[in-house]
Amino acid sequence: MDKQTFFTSPVTSLGRTALRWVNELGAMVLFLLRAFLMIFHPKQFPTIIQQVYFIGARSAMIVMFVGLFTGMVLGLQLFHTLVKFGSAGVLGTAVALSLVRELGPVLTAIMITARAGSSMAAEIGIQRVSEQIDALDTMRIDPLRYLVSPRIAASIISFPLLTAFFDLIGILGGFITGVMLMGLNAGTYFHHVRTGVEMEDVTGGFVKAMVFAVLVSVICCFQGYYTHLRRDSYGAKAVGLSTTSAVVMSCVLILVADYVVTSLLL
Amino acid sequence: MVLDQVDLTIYEGEITTIIGKSGSGKSVLLKHIVGLLAPDEGTILFRGQPVQKMSRSERDRTFSQISYMFQNNALFDSMTVFENIALPLRQTTSLSQKAIEERVTARMEQMELVNVAQNYPSELSGGMQKRVALSRALVIDPKMVLFDEPTTGQDVIRRNAILGMIAQYQRRFGFTAVLISHDVPDVFFISNRILALSDGKIIFQGTPRQFEDFEHPLIDEFVQSLEDFQEHLTGIQSKRQFRVRNQMDLRRKGPQDSYVVASFTLQDFDQLCEHLGHTRGQEVLNAMGAYLNKHFGAVGGFSARQSKNQFTTFLPFSNLSEAERILKTFALDLQKEGLRTIQAEAHISQDICFPFAILAGLAESKAGAEEIDLVFKKAEVSQREIARVYCEIRR
Repeated sequence: MDKQTFFTSPVTSLGRTALRWVNELGAMVLFLLRAFLMIFHPKQFPTIIQQVYFIGARSAMIVMFVGLFTGMVLGLQLFHTLVKFGSAGVLGTAVALSLVRELGPVLTAIMITARAGSSMAAEIGIQRVSEQIDALDTMRIDPLRYLVSPRIAASIISFPLLTAFFDLIGILGGFITGVMLMGLNAGTYFHHVRTGVEMEDVTGGFVKAMVFAVLVSVICCFQGYYTHLRRDSYGAKAVGLSTTSAVVMSCVLILVADYVVTSLLL
Repeated sequence: MVLDQVDLTIYEGEITTIIGKSGSGKSVLLKHIVGLLAPDEGTILFRGQPVQKMSRSERDRTFSQISYMFQNNALFDSMTVFENIALPLRQTTSLSQKAIEERVTARMEQMELVNVAQNYPSELSGGMQKRVALSRALVIDPKMVLFDEPTTGQDVIRRNAILGMIAQYQRRFGFTAVLISHDVPDVFFISNRILALSDGKIIFQGTPRQFEDFEHPLIDEFVQSLEDFQEHLTGIQSKRQFRVRNQMDLRRKGPQDSYVVASFTLQDFDQLCEHLGHTRGQEVLNAMGAYLNKHFGAVGGFSARQSKNQFTTFLPFSNLSEAERILKTFALDLQKEGLRTIQAEAHISQDICFPFAILAGLAESKAGAEEIDLVFKKAEVSQREIARVYCEIRR
C-alpha cells in the first residue's frame, strides 16, 4: 500500500469523499428509477391518495400562511423601491413575477421539506430500524413500491398545486400591503399582474416545482430507507441524523436545482 | 463469521426447532432461509432447487409461500391491528375487500383479537402484539412459517398456549414450521426435530428424544442456563430430571424389587384447546400437573410431562396391587373434587364447559428387568378412562 504523506493525504481524503458522493448519487438515481417505475403498479392508487393528503392537503395551511407574508413583504419592499424610480404602478408585475418564477416554487419546496420531507425520512427510518421494512420484504411487498413510490407520486402532484396556492396567496399579500396599506390603485395592481405574467412564467414555475418534488421526495426517502447503513450512528440516533441530512440536503439542492433549471428555462 | 459450514435439512410438514445461546447465529440462519440475507458462500436449496439460481419470478413464487414472524414482531405501528393483519392480503393478492375482511376476522377470532381490531400495536400488551404478528404470518396460509422466538416475553401459560397454537395450526394447515425458541423443554412437545446451534455451527440435528440423550458440554451449558431444564408449565419434573431420578431409584433397588409406572392422558386436548382457547387448555394442563404432584408425591411418587397432553408418574415404592388401590382412590377423588378444582383453576365455568376425559394406565416391572421406556409404553397401552367432565345441557 502507498505510504500517505503530508501532501498526498488531503488528496486521498478528497478523492475518497468524491467517490462516496458519486456512489451515493448513483445509488440515489437507481433508487429513483426503480421507485418511479413502480408508481404505475395497480395497487398504488389508494396509497398515493393518502400521501397526497399528508404531503399536500396537510401542508396547505402553512404554505399559504408563508405565501401571504412573503407577498406582503415583497409588496412593501418593492413598493418603496419602485417609488424611487417613479414606477410604483408596476408593483403587481414585480410581485407576481417574483412569486411565480422564483419564490413560489422555492419557498413552497422548502416549507414542504420542513413539514413533510422530514417526516418522510423519520418515518421510513424508524420503519427500517424496527425491521418493518424487512417485514415487508418477507411478505413479498416491495418496500420501494409500498413506501417510496407513493411518496414520489404524491410529491409530484402536490408540489405544483401548493406552489399555485403560494403564488395566489402571495399576490393577495402584495395587494394587502401595496394597495390597502400603501394606497396603490387596486385596478392598476391587478392589471399589471395579468399583463405582466405570461403562461411560460407559470409553466416554468411548475416545472421547477416538479423538479423540487422529485428531489425532495427522493432525498428524504433515500435517507430514511438507508438509515441502517449509516456509519456514524445506529438506531434512534441514526434516524435523527438521517432526518437532519435529508432536510439539509433537500434545502441545499433545491437552491442548486433552482439555478440550473432557471438557466435552462431562460 | 456468524455462520460457519452450516449444513442442515428442514423436513416438509414438520416442526423444526432451532435452539442455541444468544448470539449463536439463530436469527441470521432464519434470515438466510427467508431470503433477507444472502450467504457469502454455499447454497440454499428449496425442494432441491438452488434459490440463488432461480429466476426472479421463480424466487418470488417460492418465497411467497414462506411467512416470517419477527422476534420484535415488526408490526406497523401506524396501522391498526386489523390493517396489520390485512396488509399482506391487500398488497399481494387480488381478493375482494369482503373476502379479505372475512379472512382477517376469522384469523382474529382464532387468536382472540377481535376486541382489539381497531387498536394500534402500541396500545396492546406484549403477548397480544405477538398474537397479532402470528395472525399476520398465518393469514396468507403459507406453506412454511419461520418463527423467530415467538414466545419471548410471555408468561408460562401464554408461552405454552402460543406453542400449542403453532402446533395446532401446523397440523391443521400442514405447513412446515421452523422455530427459534429457548423454551426448553416446552418446545420439545411440539417439535419433530431439534437443531442446536453453537458459535455458528450445527452441533446437533435430530429428534427431541435423541436430544435428551445427547451428551455435549455446550448442550449441558445451554440446558443449565435455562434454569435446570425445569418444566415451567406444570411445575412438575422435566423428563430429564425424571429419568435421572428414576435411574437413581432403580439403582438403589435390588433386582427383585418392583416399581410401578402410571401413565395419564388428557383426552381430546386439541379439541379442548380449540373450544376453550389455548390459554385455558394450558391452564388445564397446569392444574392437572399440580394435582398429580399433590396426590402421588404423598406416596413417594414423582411425575413428568411426557408429551403435549401426557404425564407419567413413577411410583418407586409400590407394587401393582398397591398402585391400583392408589389409582382407584385418585380416580374417585379426581371425579369428585379434582376435576372441579382443575376447571376452577383454569377458569372454566359451566357456560363455556367442554367435556373431556382423563385416562390412566399402570405397568409394573422390576429394577433392571427391562428398559424403562418399555414400561412407559406398557402403562400407556393399558390406559382406560378414570374421570370425565360432564357439562350441563342447557335448553
